[in-house]
Amino acid sequence: MEAAAPLLEVEGLEVEFRTRQGVARVLDGIELSLEPGRTLGIVGESGCGKSITALSIMRLVPVPPGRIGAGAVRLKGEDLLQASEKRMREVRGKDISMIFQEPMTSLNPVYSIGDQIAETVRLHEGLSRRDSLDRAIEMLKAVHIPAAERRVREFPHQMSGGMRQRVMIAMALACQPSVLIADEPTTALDVTVQAQVFDLLKELQEKTGTAIILISHDMGAIAEMADRVMVMYAGRIVEEAATDEILESPRHPYTRGLIACVPHMEEEPPPERGALTEIPGVVPALTDLGSGCSFAPRCDHATDLCRSRAPQPFAVDADHRAACWLYGEAGTA
Amino acid sequence: MTGGEIHDGGADYLLDVRDLKVHFRLPRRNILTPGGTVHAVDGISYRVRRGSTFGIVGESGSGKTTAALAAMRLVPVTGGSIRLDGVEMTTLGGDALREMRRKIQIVFQDPYSSLNPRMRAGAIVREPMDLMEVGDPAERDLRVAELFDRVGLRPEQAALFPHQFSGGQRQRIGVARALATQPELIVCDEPVSALDVAIQAQILNLLRELQEGFGLTYLFISHDLGVVQYICDDIAVMYLGEIVEQSDRVSLFTLPLHPYTWALISAVPSARRRTSGQDGRVRLEGDPPNPIDPPPGCRFAPRCPFAVDRCRSEKPALREVREGHLVSCHLVGDDCVPPHAAMAGAS
Repeated sequence: MEAAAPLLEVEGLEVEFRTRQGVARVLDGIELSLEPGRTLGIVGESGCGKSITALSIMRLVPVPPGRIGAGAVRLKGEDLLQASEKRMREVRGKDISMIFQEPMTSLNPVYSIGDQIAETVRLHEGLSRRDSLDRAIEMLKAVHIPAAERRVREFPHQMSGGMRQRVMIAMALACQPSVLIADEPTTALDVTVQAQVFDLLKELQEKTGTAIILISHDMGAIAEMADRVMVMYAGRIVEEAATDEILESPRHPYTRGLIACVPHMEEEPPPERGALTEIPGVVPALTDLGSGCSFAPRCDHATDLCRSRAPQPFAVDADHRAACWLYGEAGTA
Repeated sequence: MTGGEIHDGGADYLLDVRDLKVHFRLPRRNILTPGGTVHAVDGISYRVRRGSTFGIVGESGSGKTTAALAAMRLVPVTGGSIRLDGVEMTTLGGDALREMRRKIQIVFQDPYSSLNPRMRAGAIVREPMDLMEVGDPAERDLRVAELFDRVGLRPEQAALFPHQFSGGQRQRIGVARALATQPELIVCDEPVSALDVAIQAQILNLLRELQEGFGLTYLFISHDLGVVQYICDDIAVMYLGEIVEQSDRVSLFTLPLHPYTWALISAVPSARRRTSGQDGRVRLEGDPPNPIDPPPGCRFAPRCPFAVDRCRSEKPALREVREGHLVSCHLVGDDCVPPHAAMAGAS
């Protein structure tokens, strides 16, 4: 896997939103690289910028009020931030596609699911009506929807939540994209159905080699799916490493808090329970981030340096970076 | 005020629910087909010890929220008995019911939609005291300040509106409001599932702290097994309107007996399982069936990987197979060996 060339690379991405309270820097220096067949997890609380990262890659950030200030999003070497709108329409759904949290609101209620899947294929591959409908049936079978020939004519409201999310996945994968962005794909689903959706994604990834970016607030979901994890806080990447490494030895105080504050289900729960670890305070407003580390006000280890200067990502181990002054000094890295 | 009715056994049960049924009639679709009946809660029995936390877990549509709302008489009860502190709740009406409701309060799931956006936080917390005429009006403002302090808000924040608070703070307002009438039982309906993970811990810690401080009893509804395992003392697992397994927290997770409980536990994505490289788990096919026409026999049978003919025809009874551990499954023997023992043993 070492030699695989990056399929998608994001460099120094900066995104700002103009708001009534001032300019909010929602993404600041985002770097990521994704190889074919791999899964990258992006984890963080609401407002940390994980969904905006996804939207920026698809160039779906509303401009204005948004503005992509700097950076590059390279898909197989092509900078999507410089591409024309026409080119982007080709890329979306064909090279990069996306599934969302709430399958009911992302499906069109007045078209049958077959029409919706077929539309994607017709637009991108120029197939005829009949051929595209055949492809839709084939995709429904691939996502294990029983009686696909009949269900292809059904409407979203006739299906359960788990079924609709399968339809979304079928639609997203219909043109065999090289990158699939899944933004909280199972948050609205029950656990037993979530497990089915994860199994399905893994199975399809193995078959097609699609690279997946999985966005979630749930460390458990990330642990289950991702090879690598990026932890985001207030628009920045605070830690990045292989999934096992992050789970076993998280370095950034925020990552540690994020893992410790969740009551993990144990197979043999201890009879005594202590208080859960809390991360005190709340996420800062993105309009008045000072010059220091944005996590400093909530951090037990914060020093004067943390409050005055934002740390850059320091290498804490081979292939493991944490943006925290605990792991580097000013002037190094 | 209590009717002086019988308590049973030595243990002190605050809430005693017997054979509770909540059915909803559906309107008929046309003149020829009769309307169906949703068996949202179909004959469940449980008891909650005073000062403990009783959890009800299940997936959407399992009836867990309806079961909790019925305990508060917030949905019409079709049958069965609910005793709160020895008083039969199902037959109460009018003032007597209002009086009992002072003892039972609720914290809702979504702190964004459960607080009136046009009321100030202080008024929201004060409202139940006004409605129930708790103390005299002058005392109530003092009590609001005290409650704000108790749930980790500053008393001067009482003058703010809900939108000026973060999600976690709003849930604190919801908790303060529930505490206002000094209830004995608080129904917590998914109280942390709408909150960010870092905030969940703050609210869970607060709930436990308040329980200790005021000797509160919680009826805790959740779909999150991690949260349930942490906060609950006793747990009932619901599936399609019925309790399929019930036990104390340690026994339920250490030795899940019902195949559904086991499937539910093994579906939880877990960081630990990944690192220890185990994968002795089962996947359920399909979605929970419709509670309008529950299958005859065991309701879980259509999705159960172990189901035999008997499961599809004969309904299993909920029975005690170990001390305090109840299960309704034909395949669990008296020796307490669950049908998934061979598969679970591999992990």
